[in-house]
Amino acid sequence: MSTSLLSRHGRGPSPRFGPLFAAAALALLVGGFALAFYWAPEDADQGFSQKIFYLHVPIALTAYACFGWGAWKALRLLWTGERRYDLESYTAIHMGLIFGLLTLVTGSIWAKISWGQWWTWGERQLVLFLILFLFYSSYFMLRYSTDPGPRRERNSAVYALFGVVLIPVSFLAVRIAGTILHPTIFTHEGADLPWQMLVAFLVCLAGMLSLAATLYRVELTGKRIDASLRELRELLA
Amino acid sequence: MSTAEKYVTGAYLVLLGSILVYVLIIALKVGRLEEELADVTRAAREKLGG
Repeated sequence: MSTSLLSRHGRGPSPRFGPLFAAAALALLVGGFALAFYWAPEDADQGFSQKIFYLHVPIALTAYACFGWGAWKALRLLWTGERRYDLESYTAIHMGLIFGLLTLVTGSIWAKISWGQWWTWGERQLVLFLILFLFYSSYFMLRYSTDPGPRRERNSAVYALFGVVLIPVSFLAVRIAGTILHPTIFTHEGADLPWQMLVAFLVCLAGMLSLAATLYRVELTGKRIDASLRELRELLA
Repeated sequence: MSTAEKYVTGAYLVLLGSILVYVLIIALKVGRLEEELADVTRAAREKLGG
Protein backbone atom coordinates (compact mmCIF):
# COMPACT_ATOMS: atom_id res chain seq x y z
CA MET A 1 0.00 0.00 0.00
CA SER A 2 2.73 2.47 0.92
CA THR A 3 4.61 1.76 -2.34
CA SER A 4 1.48 2.59 -4.33
CA LEU A 5 1.00 5.88 -2.49
CA LEU A 6 4.62 6.87 -2.92
CA SER A 7 4.75 6.01 -6.60
CA ARG A 8 1.61 8.00 -7.31
CA HIS A 9 2.44 11.18 -5.43
CA GLY A 10 6.21 10.88 -5.55
CA ARG A 11 8.77 10.53 -2.84
CA GLY A 12 9.17 13.63 -0.70
CA PRO A 13 12.27 15.79 -1.19
CA SER A 14 15.20 14.92 1.03
CA PRO A 15 14.51 16.55 4.42
CA ARG A 16 18.20 17.42 4.78
CA PHE A 17 18.01 20.07 2.06
CA GLY A 18 14.88 21.82 3.39
CA PRO A 19 16.58 23.69 6.27
CA LEU A 20 19.57 24.33 4.00
CA PHE A 21 17.43 26.16 1.44
CA ALA A 22 15.64 28.09 4.19
CA ALA A 23 18.95 29.13 5.81
CA ALA A 24 20.36 30.14 2.42
CA ALA A 25 17.23 32.19 1.66
CA LEU A 26 17.43 34.01 4.99
CA ALA A 27 21.18 34.71 4.77
CA LEU A 28 21.11 35.76 1.11
CA LEU A 29 18.03 37.96 1.40
CA VAL A 30 19.20 39.74 4.56
CA GLY A 31 22.72 40.08 3.09
CA GLY A 32 21.42 41.19 -0.30
CA PHE A 33 19.09 43.84 1.12
CA ALA A 34 21.89 45.09 3.40
CA LEU A 35 24.19 45.40 0.36
CA ALA A 36 21.44 47.16 -1.59
CA PHE A 37 20.78 49.76 1.12
CA TYR A 38 24.21 50.30 2.68
CA TRP A 39 26.77 49.43 -0.03
CA ALA A 40 25.32 49.86 -3.52
CA PRO A 41 25.39 53.49 -4.70
CA GLU A 42 22.20 55.48 -5.04
CA ASP A 43 20.89 55.75 -8.60
CA ALA A 44 21.63 59.11 -10.23
CA ASP A 45 18.22 59.36 -11.93
CA GLN A 46 15.77 57.70 -9.56
CA GLY A 47 17.50 58.26 -6.23
CA PHE A 48 16.32 56.23 -3.24
CA SER A 49 13.23 54.85 -5.04
CA GLN A 50 15.53 52.70 -7.21
CA LYS A 51 16.08 50.47 -4.13
CA ILE A 52 12.84 48.68 -5.09
CA PHE A 53 14.81 47.28 -8.05
CA TYR A 54 16.54 44.81 -5.66
CA LEU A 55 13.14 43.51 -4.59
CA HIS A 56 10.92 43.82 -7.65
CA VAL A 57 13.22 42.39 -10.35
CA PRO A 58 14.33 39.28 -8.37
CA ILE A 59 10.66 38.59 -7.52
CA ALA A 60 9.67 38.91 -11.20
CA LEU A 61 12.52 36.65 -12.36
CA THR A 62 11.60 34.12 -9.65
CA ALA A 63 7.99 34.12 -10.91
CA TYR A 64 9.28 33.36 -14.42
CA ALA A 65 11.51 30.60 -12.99
CA CYS A 66 8.56 29.03 -11.14
CA PHE A 67 6.37 29.06 -14.26
CA GLY A 68 9.27 27.62 -16.26
CA TRP A 69 9.80 24.90 -13.64
CA GLY A 70 6.08 24.12 -13.73
CA ALA A 71 6.22 23.81 -17.51
CA TRP A 72 9.29 21.55 -17.31
CA LYS A 73 7.48 19.26 -14.86
CA ALA A 74 4.42 19.31 -17.14
CA LEU A 75 6.61 18.26 -20.06
CA ARG A 76 8.06 15.44 -17.94
CA LEU A 77 4.52 14.29 -17.14
CA LEU A 78 3.54 14.20 -20.81
CA TRP A 79 6.85 12.56 -21.75
CA THR A 80 7.04 9.86 -19.09
CA GLY A 81 3.43 9.56 -17.92
CA GLU A 82 4.62 9.57 -14.27
CA ARG A 83 1.80 11.06 -12.24
CA ARG A 84 4.02 12.56 -9.55
CA TYR A 85 5.02 15.30 -12.00
CA ASP A 86 1.45 16.60 -11.98
CA LEU A 87 1.67 17.63 -8.33
CA GLU A 88 5.14 19.09 -8.89
CA SER A 89 3.98 21.14 -11.88
CA TYR A 90 0.89 22.33 -10.01
CA THR A 91 2.96 23.37 -6.97
CA ALA A 92 5.47 25.28 -9.13
CA ILE A 93 2.66 27.19 -10.86
CA HIS A 94 1.09 27.90 -7.46
CA MET A 95 4.42 29.40 -6.35
CA GLY A 96 4.73 31.30 -9.64
CA LEU A 97 1.35 32.93 -9.01
CA ILE A 98 2.36 34.05 -5.52
CA PHE A 99 5.55 35.62 -6.88
CA GLY A 100 3.60 36.97 -9.85
CA LEU A 101 1.18 38.76 -7.54
CA LEU A 102 4.12 40.17 -5.57
CA THR A 103 5.67 41.37 -8.86
CA LEU A 104 2.49 43.26 -9.73
CA VAL A 105 2.20 44.81 -6.26
CA THR A 106 5.87 45.87 -5.93
CA GLY A 107 5.88 47.03 -9.58
CA SER A 108 2.84 49.19 -8.93
CA ILE A 109 4.52 50.78 -5.91
CA TRP A 110 7.62 51.51 -8.00
CA ALA A 111 5.45 52.90 -10.81
CA LYS A 112 3.69 55.21 -8.36
CA ILE A 113 7.01 56.72 -7.22
CA SER A 114 8.65 56.89 -10.65
CA TRP A 115 5.74 57.60 -12.99
CA GLY A 116 3.19 59.04 -10.56
CA GLN A 117 0.60 56.36 -11.33
CA TRP A 118 -0.04 52.85 -10.02
CA TRP A 119 -0.52 51.32 -13.46
CA THR A 120 -0.25 52.25 -17.13
CA TRP A 121 -1.85 50.32 -19.98
CA GLY A 122 0.61 51.84 -22.46
CA GLU A 123 3.51 49.66 -21.27
CA ARG A 124 3.59 46.36 -23.12
CA GLN A 125 5.76 44.60 -20.57
CA LEU A 126 3.32 45.38 -17.76
CA VAL A 127 0.31 44.31 -19.79
CA LEU A 128 2.04 41.13 -20.97
CA PHE A 129 3.02 40.25 -17.41
CA LEU A 130 -0.60 40.78 -16.37
CA ILE A 131 -1.73 38.50 -19.22
CA LEU A 132 0.79 35.87 -18.09
CA PHE A 133 -0.49 36.17 -14.50
CA LEU A 134 -4.13 35.89 -15.57
CA PHE A 135 -3.29 32.98 -17.87
CA TYR A 136 -1.79 31.01 -15.00
CA SER A 137 -4.65 32.07 -12.70
CA SER A 138 -6.99 30.39 -15.19
CA TYR A 139 -4.89 27.22 -14.82
CA PHE A 140 -6.59 26.65 -11.46
CA MET A 141 -10.07 27.10 -12.97
CA LEU A 142 -9.23 24.57 -15.69
CA ARG A 143 -7.70 22.17 -13.18
CA TYR A 144 -10.65 22.17 -10.81
CA SER A 145 -13.30 22.10 -13.54
CA THR A 146 -12.46 18.45 -14.29
CA ASP A 147 -12.44 15.42 -12.00
CA PRO A 148 -9.11 14.22 -10.59
CA GLY A 149 -7.39 11.67 -12.79
CA PRO A 150 -5.15 11.24 -15.82
CA ARG A 151 -7.35 13.47 -18.04
CA ARG A 152 -7.09 16.41 -15.65
CA GLU A 153 -3.34 15.86 -15.29
CA ARG A 154 -2.79 15.84 -19.06
CA ASN A 155 -4.99 18.91 -19.66
CA SER A 156 -3.23 20.83 -16.89
CA ALA A 157 0.18 19.86 -18.29
CA VAL A 158 -0.71 21.02 -21.80
CA TYR A 159 -2.03 24.32 -20.41
CA ALA A 160 1.13 24.84 -18.33
CA LEU A 161 3.24 24.28 -21.44
CA PHE A 162 1.24 26.81 -23.47
CA GLY A 163 1.77 29.42 -20.76
CA VAL A 164 5.53 29.11 -20.84
CA VAL A 165 5.52 30.56 -24.36
CA LEU A 166 4.36 33.86 -22.85
CA ILE A 167 7.49 34.11 -20.66
CA PRO A 168 10.03 35.06 -23.38
CA VAL A 169 7.40 37.28 -25.01
CA SER A 170 6.83 39.08 -21.69
CA PHE A 171 10.58 39.28 -20.99
CA LEU A 172 11.49 40.59 -24.44
CA ALA A 173 8.48 42.86 -24.87
CA VAL A 174 10.14 45.96 -23.51
CA ARG A 175 13.19 45.38 -25.69
CA ILE A 176 11.13 44.81 -28.84
CA ALA A 177 8.78 47.70 -28.12
CA GLY A 178 11.57 50.14 -27.23
CA THR A 179 9.34 51.97 -24.79
CA ILE A 180 10.53 54.88 -22.70
CA LEU A 181 8.86 54.33 -19.32
CA HIS A 182 9.89 50.86 -18.18
CA PRO A 183 13.68 50.80 -17.74
CA THR A 184 15.78 48.15 -19.53
CA ILE A 185 18.76 47.21 -17.40
CA PHE A 186 19.84 43.94 -18.98
CA THR A 187 20.50 44.21 -22.70
CA HIS A 188 22.40 41.99 -25.14
CA GLU A 189 25.46 44.16 -24.37
CA GLY A 190 25.34 43.23 -20.67
CA ALA A 191 24.09 44.81 -17.46
CA ASP A 192 23.74 48.58 -17.66
CA LEU A 193 24.49 49.34 -13.99
CA PRO A 194 27.50 49.77 -11.67
CA TRP A 195 29.12 46.53 -10.49
CA GLN A 196 28.18 47.13 -6.84
CA MET A 197 24.52 47.33 -7.87
CA LEU A 198 24.94 44.17 -9.95
CA VAL A 199 26.50 42.24 -7.03
CA ALA A 200 23.72 43.35 -4.65
CA PHE A 201 21.12 42.43 -7.26
CA LEU A 202 22.60 38.96 -7.85
CA VAL A 203 22.69 38.23 -4.11
CA CYS A 204 19.03 39.31 -3.81
CA LEU A 205 18.14 37.15 -6.83
CA ALA A 206 19.88 34.11 -5.32
CA GLY A 207 18.04 34.76 -2.04
CA MET A 208 14.66 35.05 -3.76
CA LEU A 209 15.26 31.83 -5.73
CA SER A 210 16.23 30.07 -2.47
CA LEU A 211 13.06 31.40 -0.84
CA ALA A 212 11.00 30.08 -3.75
CA ALA A 213 12.76 26.69 -3.50
CA THR A 214 12.01 26.56 0.25
CA LEU A 215 8.33 27.45 -0.22
CA TYR A 216 8.07 24.99 -3.13
CA ARG A 217 9.39 22.14 -0.98
CA VAL A 218 7.12 23.00 1.96
CA GLU A 219 4.08 23.32 -0.31
CA LEU A 220 4.88 20.14 -2.23
CA THR A 221 5.35 18.14 0.97
CA GLY A 222 2.01 19.43 2.28
CA LYS A 223 0.21 18.58 -0.94
CA ARG A 224 1.76 15.08 -1.03
CA ILE A 225 0.72 14.36 2.56
CA ASP A 226 -2.76 15.69 1.78
CA ALA A 227 -3.09 13.44 -1.28
CA SER A 228 -1.75 10.38 0.54
CA LEU A 229 -4.14 10.94 3.46
CA ARG A 230 -7.08 11.25 1.06
CA GLU A 231 -6.07 7.98 -0.57
CA LEU A 232 -5.62 6.24 2.78
CA ARG A 233 -9.10 7.38 3.85
CA GLU A 234 -10.57 5.96 0.64
CA LEU A 235 -8.77 2.65 1.23
CA LEU A 236 -10.08 2.46 4.78
CA ALA A 237 -13.68 3.36 3.85
CA MET B 1 10.81 60.14 6.03
CA SER B 2 10.48 61.20 2.38
CA THR B 3 7.71 59.95 0.08
CA ALA B 4 10.17 57.68 -1.78
CA GLU B 5 11.37 56.18 1.49
CA LYS B 6 7.77 55.50 2.56
CA TYR B 7 6.98 53.70 -0.70
CA VAL B 8 10.23 51.69 -0.66
CA THR B 9 9.57 50.64 2.96
CA GLY B 10 6.03 49.70 1.95
CA ALA B 11 7.29 47.51 -0.91
CA TYR B 12 9.70 45.62 1.37
CA LEU B 13 6.98 45.25 3.99
CA VAL B 14 4.75 43.67 1.32
CA LEU B 15 7.31 40.86 0.96
CA LEU B 16 7.69 40.46 4.73
CA GLY B 17 3.91 40.47 5.23
CA SER B 18 3.45 37.90 2.46
CA ILE B 19 5.98 35.56 4.07
CA LEU B 20 4.25 35.92 7.45
CA VAL B 21 0.83 35.23 5.90
CA TYR B 22 2.29 32.17 4.16
CA VAL B 23 3.75 30.89 7.45
CA LEU B 24 0.31 31.38 9.07
CA ILE B 25 -1.39 29.44 6.24
CA ILE B 26 1.16 26.62 6.54
CA ALA B 27 0.72 26.52 10.33
CA LEU B 28 -3.06 26.15 9.87
CA LYS B 29 -2.52 23.49 7.21
CA VAL B 30 -0.16 21.48 9.43
CA GLY B 31 -2.76 21.62 12.21
CA ARG B 32 -5.44 20.33 9.84
CA LEU B 33 -3.17 17.55 8.54
CA GLU B 34 -2.39 16.50 12.12
CA GLU B 35 -6.13 16.19 12.87
CA GLU B 36 -6.74 14.24 9.65
CA LEU B 37 -3.83 11.91 10.39
CA ALA B 38 -5.27 11.23 13.86
CA ASP B 39 -8.66 10.43 12.25
CA VAL B 40 -7.11 8.06 9.71
CA THR B 41 -5.03 6.35 12.43
CA ARG B 42 -8.18 5.90 14.54
CA ALA B 43 -10.07 4.48 11.54
CA ALA B 44 -7.20 2.10 10.73
CA ARG B 45 -7.08 0.87 14.35
CA GLU B 46 -10.83 0.26 14.36
CA LYS B 47 -10.66 -1.59 11.06
CA LEU B 48 -7.72 -3.74 12.11
CA GLY B 49 -9.24 -4.27 15.57
CA GLY B 50 -6.16 -2.86 17.29
